[in-house]
Amino acid sequence: MPNIIETKKLDGSDILEINFGPQHPSTHGVFRMIVQTEGEKIRGLRPIFGYLHRNHEQIAENLPYAAIMPYTDRLDYVNALANNFGYALTVEKLASLEVPERAEYLRVIMAELARIVNHITVIGFMLNDLGAFFTPLLYAFRERERILDLFEEVTGSRLMNNYFRFGGVKRDLTALHLATIHQIVAKFPAFLEEFETLLSKNEILCMRCQNVGVLSPETATNAGITGPVLRASGVNYDIRKVDGYSIYHRFDFKIPLGKKGDVYDRYYVRILEIRESLKILEQALAKIPQGEILNKKTVPFIKMPRNFKPPVGEAYGRVESPKGELGFYVVSDGTPQPWRYHVRAPSLINLTVLEEMCLGQKIADAIIILGSIDIVLGETDR
Amino acid sequence: MPLFMEEVQKELHAGLPDVKLRRVLNSLLLENPKDLPRVALFLKQSPKFRLDYLSSVTGADYLDSLESVYHLYSMALKRGPLTLRVRVPKNHPEIPSLVPIYRSANLQEREAFDTFGIIYKGHPDPRRLFMWEGFEGYPLRKDYQQEDVDVLEAADITWLASRGIAIPEDMKAKAAELAAAGKRALVGKPEKPRN
Repeated sequence: MPNIIETKKLDGSDILEINFGPQHPSTHGVFRMIVQTEGEKIRGLRPIFGYLHRNHEQIAENLPYAAIMPYTDRLDYVNALANNFGYALTVEKLASLEVPERAEYLRVIMAELARIVNHITVIGFMLNDLGAFFTPLLYAFRERERILDLFEEVTGSRLMNNYFRFGGVKRDLTALHLATIHQIVAKFPAFLEEFETLLSKNEILCMRCQNVGVLSPETATNAGITGPVLRASGVNYDIRKVDGYSIYHRFDFKIPLGKKGDVYDRYYVRILEIRESLKILEQALAKIPQGEILNKKTVPFIKMPRNFKPPVGEAYGRVESPKGELGFYVVSDGTPQPWRYHVRAPSLINLTVLEEMCLGQKIADAIIILGSIDIVLGETDR
Repeated sequence: MPLFMEEVQKELHAGLPDVKLRRVLNSLLLENPKDLPRVALFLKQSPKFRLDYLSSVTGADYLDSLESVYHLYSMALKRGPLTLRVRVPKNHPEIPSLVPIYRSANLQEREAFDTFGIIYKGHPDPRRLFMWEGFEGYPLRKDYQQEDVDVLEAADITWLASRGIAIPEDMKAKAAELAAAGKRALVGKPEKPRN
């Protein structure tokens, strides 16, 4: 239960300062905020970070490049593959490495599966915060389980995948795996239909979510908001389209946009994004070629990671992680460890506008606004 | 993206002729940190670039100086990135804040202050982000001294001993030695940075 810090009287009305978190289930981890309330209304909100801080950047600066890969899994632990993708992309930029054709397809397939996992998890937990206690979440988890089983078979781990290597991936997908993915993709729309029948037009969901936590496109751009939260506000900005990194420019997919930028739009944009991810998966499965899965130049470094020394230089690589723009800034000084390694965490920067979205709303709405931003504390606090 | 950078450099020369620029790797270095808000505002408003999105702000330690690195993109024109760098001496690390122009700098500048000790002048909320209040030092600087995990402080030893926890003799001896010398349990880092 939130414990009260102090009560103050202001303009004859009672402003109550409440501590929320860090040990609270609906903070999705160890996030803490100090909320000032007047009755049921929120008058001020101050987030406090750092409860899961482990100085990820300093740990990484003392490790060989290849050894950082498993650490990136721990950033956004709901979809480790997107983090792997960003880091691998940055180091490849730094060392000018090329990725074989088949490996690019494998990367896209795995990253899109991870996006689906992330989005259904987020929607499930958001509905949990709304009071739809665990029923939709478990429906979502049933589907998530199929994908995680595949991840386990391919990468050896359900969550901490550590699947990407510089210039390729760790393990190939067999014909059987591809058939399993085919099946998952084929069955998924039916699940989404079921999910949407129960939820998307549900009166309670609409009443709770519509016109709550509205974020204007101008504020969103200025505050550096990215990902589904930005697109729910109607700004057409998806790094998969803009940068066309890896082989995303070859696929035909749309960018779902919201109209109002409220919690409902954020929920619905994610549902639509799952559908687009399925489209990408279908195309990738149809076109995947045979061939190498790892650049020949990097093969020797798998056994001797300390010999991998990118030339002096800097690189900023970014990917469209399901949370937003995940950027890695790496400076090399020609030694086996990076001189500077920085993670631009979307979960942290998307919280810049949390106070603004919550002002004037009810206490219960603040919980779903936080849920709809989709934060993972492993990434926020690093 | 070097082409984009050259274009920006040319435009900046024409628009703000008194700003001194230098190319470092793939980025533009502003010689005078005070120019930063002017340059940022110019690039944000310029119809040719419209760099309306500040993606990343971070610090970096180059031993004799600290740097703040900015990655700018345009959401409207879908261009970028432009990397701006600002270099300041380590004993006087003051850089004007970009929060009035880009709100996305808010938490990121706090993070750079927390980990590098770069002071962003004009930041609306200049507190540490991750570390607690009263924490000393800046952990991402190369000269930061970490506590030695293999050595317990004398106070820890007495605390553990009072709870009946067995502690190895050599640990006790080393902690006593450090306490006698009036030092905290710190590990010495090599004089020279690696490379």
